[in-house]
Parts: sequence; C-alpha cells; structure tokens
Amino acid sequence: MARDRVLAAIVGPGNIGTDLLAKLQRSSVIEVRYMVGVVESEGLARARELGVEASAEGVDWLLRQDPLPEIVFEATSAKAHAANAPRYAEAGIQAVDLTPAHLGPMVSPAVNGAEYLEAPNVSMITCGGQATIPIVHAVSRITPVPYAEIVASIASRSAGAGTRANIDEFTHTTGAAVAEVGGADRGKAIIVLNPVEPPMIMRDTVYCMIGAEADRAAITTSIHEVVADVQQYVPGYTLRAEPQFDEPAPEWGGHARVAVFLEVKGNGDFLPPYAGNLDIMTAAAARVGELMAQAKLEVPA
Amino acid sequence: MTRPELAHDIRLIDTTLRDGSHAMAHRFTETQVRDTVRALDAAGVEWIEVSHGDGIGGSSFNYGFSGTDEMQLIAAARDEVTTARIAVLLVPGIGTVDDLKRARDAGAEMVRVATHCTEADVSPQHFAAARELGMETVGFLMMAHRTSPEDLAKQARIMVEAGCQCPYVTDSAGALLMHEAKARFDALVAEVGDEAWVGYHGHQNMSMGVANSVIAWESGVRSIDGSLCALGAGSGNSPTEVLAAVFDRLGVDTGVDVSALLDAAEDVVRPYLQRWPKMDRNAIVQGWAGVYSSFLLHAERAGERYKVPAHEILRRCGELGYVGGQEDMIIDVAIGLAAERG
Repeated sequence: MARDRVLAAIVGPGNIGTDLLAKLQRSSVIEVRYMVGVVESEGLARARELGVEASAEGVDWLLRQDPLPEIVFEATSAKAHAANAPRYAEAGIQAVDLTPAHLGPMVSPAVNGAEYLEAPNVSMITCGGQATIPIVHAVSRITPVPYAEIVASIASRSAGAGTRANIDEFTHTTGAAVAEVGGADRGKAIIVLNPVEPPMIMRDTVYCMIGAEADRAAITTSIHEVVADVQQYVPGYTLRAEPQFDEPAPEWGGHARVAVFLEVKGNGDFLPPYAGNLDIMTAAAARVGELMAQAKLEVPA
Repeated sequence: MTRPELAHDIRLIDTTLRDGSHAMAHRFTETQVRDTVRALDAAGVEWIEVSHGDGIGGSSFNYGFSGTDEMQLIAAARDEVTTARIAVLLVPGIGTVDDLKRARDAGAEMVRVATHCTEADVSPQHFAAARELGMETVGFLMMAHRTSPEDLAKQARIMVEAGCQCPYVTDSAGALLMHEAKARFDALVAEVGDEAWVGYHGHQNMSMGVANSVIAWESGVRSIDGSLCALGAGSGNSPTEVLAAVFDRLGVDTGVDVSALLDAAEDVVRPYLQRWPKMDRNAIVQGWAGVYSSFLLHAERAGERYKVPAHEILRRCGELGYVGGQEDMIIDVAIGLAAERG
C-alpha cells in the first residue's frame, strides 16, 4: 500500500519539541502522530490541541502504540536519550537525536544530510555546530583547512538549564564536529552567552586557517553556495558581510585566514526569532527527518 | 566548602602574568614569566596568576594565539616559587575541565572561574571539578557594572553554593565609580560574607582601580587583584606596587615587602613592556562606555585593518552590549563602520 507520509513521534515536549512539531506539521512527508513526555505539561496540551496523540507515560507508552512510529525525534536530555536509544533501535525506529548524547553519526543537513539516511541513530551535534560547520565545509572542499575555530554568541534567554550545567559538552562536541564533519584538521569551539535586552539574535563567527595561495574567489563562491543551502531550511541564516581574508601572519604559522560572520535568525514558529540557536537545531532535525522519510517512501514498506 | 584562612589582613593576588597577557598580545616568554614570578615570590606575594589573558584554553584566532604554551608557562612559574602559589583563570565556554586538569598537573593550585556577571550558572561544573582536584576557588563576576548590586549578590550566591570560596566584583571595563563599586562590595559581603571571602578586580580605565581597592578594604573585601606596572587589559589593572604602598600607609597588612615590589615593577617588568598601559582615548572610552578591557588591542588592530577609529569601534561595542569573549564582534563592528563611511 502506498503511503503518502511517514509516521513519526517527538519525545520531549518542551520548547524544542514544540517548535519541532510546528515545523513538521508543514511537512509533506512526515506525520507526527505522537508527542511523549514524562509528566503532564503545557507542551503535551499544545500537541493535543494540534490533534497529536500525547502522553505523559514516557517511551513505554510510545512503544505500545500501534502503529509504531518509523522515526522518533528526541528532544529530552543526553541521559534520557542514552537510555531510550537502544529501545528505539530494538523496535526498528530511526532516531534523530537533538540532545548532546551523540550516539550516532553527527549530521549537518547541508554537509552530509544524505549520507546517513538509513542509520539507526543520528546526532544533530549542537546549535553552534549546525550554524558553523556548513561554512567550514564550504572552505575545506576548496582548500585544506589545518585549523578551524568557531565562536557562537547566543542570547542568555535562549540558553537552557541543560546547556548551562554542562557547557563543556558544547565546547568539546562542537570542536570535534568542526573537524570531523566540517573537514578541518583541528577544530575549536567557543560559546558566549549575552544577556543584553532586547535579546541579541544568534551570531556565529567562523575562522578558517588557509594556505597563503588558496583560491579566495573560489572560497567565497563556495561559502555563498552553502549559505543558500542552509537557507533552504533556515531562511534567516545570513552573512553579515562578505568573507574576510587576512594575509598570512607569523602567529598563524605563516597561514592566511578567512573569517565569516553569520547571523542566525529563527523562523519564530514557537521559539522567538532571536533564538536562532534553537531554531537551527529544530530546522536541521526536521530536514534530516524529511530526508529519511523520503527515502522510506521511495522504497516499498 | 569552607574558605581558606587568611595569613594577612588582605590577600593580594598578582595578575601581571594573566591580565598582563592581553597587553603583551599573549606573547609572554618563559624567561619573562620566570623573572616576574621570582620577583613577586621574593616580595612576599601569596598568589600569582598565570594564563592566557582569556584564561586557560584561550589561545585562539579570536583572542590571539599564545606565543608560548601556557601550560609550559604555568609549570615554569611553579618551578620558580618558594612560598607563593600559582592561580589560573578559566572562562567557561572558552576553557574546559580538561584544560583545568592540565593546569593542575602543571602546578596550579587555585582556579578563578570567570563568567559574565549574570551568567554564574555556567560555572558549577568547573567549581565542582576544581574541588575534586583539591584547588582553591575564586569566582569572577565579570563586567560587574552591567547588573545591579542585588543581582550581582545573587550571582555570587550561585557561585558560592557551587563551591566558590571567594566571589569577586570584577570590574572588567574599569567602569565602576566609587559609589557603584561600594554598593556591589556591600551587597556581596552581606550575601556571602559569613561563609566566603569577597574579592575585587579593578581596571584603571577611569583611574578608579586603587581608590576602589581602598573602598573594598573598608567594605570588608579581603582579596584584591593587582598587576605590576598595571600590566593588564585596557589601561591596565590596579598596580600591585601602588596597592602595596597604599595599604602600607593605611596600616593594613598585606604581607608584601613594598620596596621589593617596587623593584619588581621597575627592574623586572618595565624593561619588557611593549606598551605601558595608559589612560589614552581608547582606554578611557572603555571605562566610560563600559567596554570589556580586553577589547582594546583587538579594536586597535581592526581599526587599522578597516580604516576606522578604534575608539568608535569600542563605543559601538558598548552600545551593543557586547560582553567578554565577543572579540569577533569587534571585526563585525569595524566592517559595519567602514561601510557606513563608504
């Protein structure tokens, strides 16, 4: 029987889960049938209002449903996802992980979105990673990048308790992903919380070390192409200025540098537009989920 | 966690080799570090902070790469001391617990965990690690002018609950006037003074560092920072040698030999200064507009690169409310100003 949409569930009915639901409700290939929490919450109530079956009985409840979802989006915590992931895998459900658990391959839709369509579990890395890794990739596909560094500035209000309690997790994971997914030899990540009012829109800066003779025009073109790719799922992803090239310097080991200044304005689906850091996570997760769903729809169930 | 006993009326912490790293563009040599540490140790300074200016792990495009690996500098400093001990700075979001462990292995015995004045809840992870490593703990509430005394005290409470023995009123912009500084000292002493010490870290951008240090002492603050020759970000820190002389005149025991410290400043640090931090237009603007002092050299470089005045960049950074760590925004602002000028 031909299906027109793939069934999915969202586990974690907080702000992220709710924003993700809003995005997936516009999808032509995914139907979010279930929203799951562990206590009754506004998020579950909002989901019910939208016609989604919502339960506070956790993953136990979800795995009793018939039909089961084929894809689950998890927006809980690293610990919860680590506990739930084996159960999804056992039930044959693909997991798109928005927590910092990082059990599966790290995915950035504009870089390697199509590579892991059948992976049982994919990690959405971090907000700063989603915002910056496409740019590192844009440079590294043109010229070797011995070192890349990213600085993510986010509004204090958009940094949740989980992020704050384990900020090293961001630094480590994002730095590693800048190298592994972005294609730099080494990566470093920095995050800054800014409490200014009205809240600042997420800003990201990407610095890539490049050779003195690197083709700057080709790098610039590549960056513009990648920005356009990301704009397909985050329309408010923009360059603040043209890529800036700095001449080789002794303290950079004789390398030159390209610096890219980004603004990430969210879509304002449920989260406020300044929280581009959260929006780019939900948008990227929705994108990856849709790619998985399309792959499922193209083969007989 | 209990606070440490104080050996003297005031604990002077010298940050020449950490905050001074900004003024040195993070290019301290091992010889400079060894010479400075030896002189500070001989003068009786109890704690000497050594790190990249932006804390351990700060070596980067954004803040400047270290000329010499900071762990090597920390180990060299540890190697030189006889009675003094070594502290490091750690800014969560830049440095990590892994960096802290390396610093501990290199010989650091105190960590100063620094957050923006409203973001103390990113620090408990690092305080917990420091306690496990058996290190003394200080908490920097940076850009302390950017929040009210009451809220600053609440943030100090968060740090103390997490294991901080000494939260600091950290005037990163050198912006606090005397009554503003006093209100913050009073609020912190009232909130945590029974269980922790309160500290003060000043900058000289509006010449308030030493005066505020005296007010700090009078308000019950017991840990005070200085740098030899004021070597630090912006127009530098309260000069350690001046603090020592002033407290000596006040009859306040710091345990420091004033003459030896004057010699350290004059004979050891001054000869290697590339720039003597001073209250020039750019630095005064930082105090006036409330801009993170470390932005100074970055703004000067961006000003040169994009042909816009550094003091205009700094003012714009103040207007936009940028905080410590957002050095990348200096370039962004310079590009914007250059575009406005056509």
